[in-house]
Amino acid sequence: MQLKMTEKDDAVILAVEDERMDAHNSGNLKEKMLQLFDEGKYQLVIDLSAVRFIDSSGLGALVSGFKNASARDGSLRLCCLQPQVRSMFELTRLHRVFEIFASLDEALESQS
Amino acid sequence: MSKRVELNIKVPNQTSYLAMVGQIGESLAFSLKNYRGNRRELAYHLNLCLTEALTNAIYHGNASDPDKYVHITISASDDDLIIKVYDQGQGFDLDTRHKLKANPCDEGGRGVNIILKLMDDVRCLQEKGVNVLEMKKRLH
Repeated sequence: MQLKMTEKDDAVILAVEDERMDAHNSGNLKEKMLQLFDEGKYQLVIDLSAVRFIDSSGLGALVSGFKNASARDGSLRLCCLQPQVRSMFELTRLHRVFEIFASLDEALESQS
Repeated sequence: MSKRVELNIKVPNQTSYLAMVGQIGESLAFSLKNYRGNRRELAYHLNLCLTEALTNAIYHGNASDPDKYVHITISASDDDLIIKVYDQGQGFDLDTRHKLKANPCDEGGRGVNIILKLMDDVRCLQEKGVNVLEMKKRLH
């Protein structure tokens, strides 16, 4: 999985650059988030603007990151979901679990 | 009345084939001439159900053995669409797996539930000693 990482203040922004998140590549995101937690970076924003397709494995990787961030008093926020991706969060009711923002700026502002 | 479309796919037991098989489902949705529903949504759902079923066969049915294969058949008419996914292993109990998803924060256990929500009829069968996950969708 292609991931672009940038930092702004305390937040780490991970932009997924693949258009598909499935069982073939979602493990990479999970590993990257665990690496960031090990480095003491607990405020994550995942930018999904490039993602057109997500399956249960992709959702599972995000849930893993959310649980690990929460356990460390951090946060994992999502932004820029395409409509079909958003529909997957609604289908699985995960839109009630995650903080989901329309734009990256809104996700970053919500932290402060 | 269009003729029934029959697709027969056999792929190695590897997740690198998920995108290709999912894309076949999307292409099929756009080729159904008489379908009156939301075609983009159907395409996404077929991609998703094929991806989930193939992932399940790779990891659970075939126990991640890269030397095994997954066989998929897709049969589509104006009226319905039937997808069968055959693995070379243990198969799984659909009812048991369905009940596993109790907590929305569980990391796994969503794949079969997604299939059950999006397809009209889902069954686990045995055909000549082979495990089959059969998914049916009405198209009107």
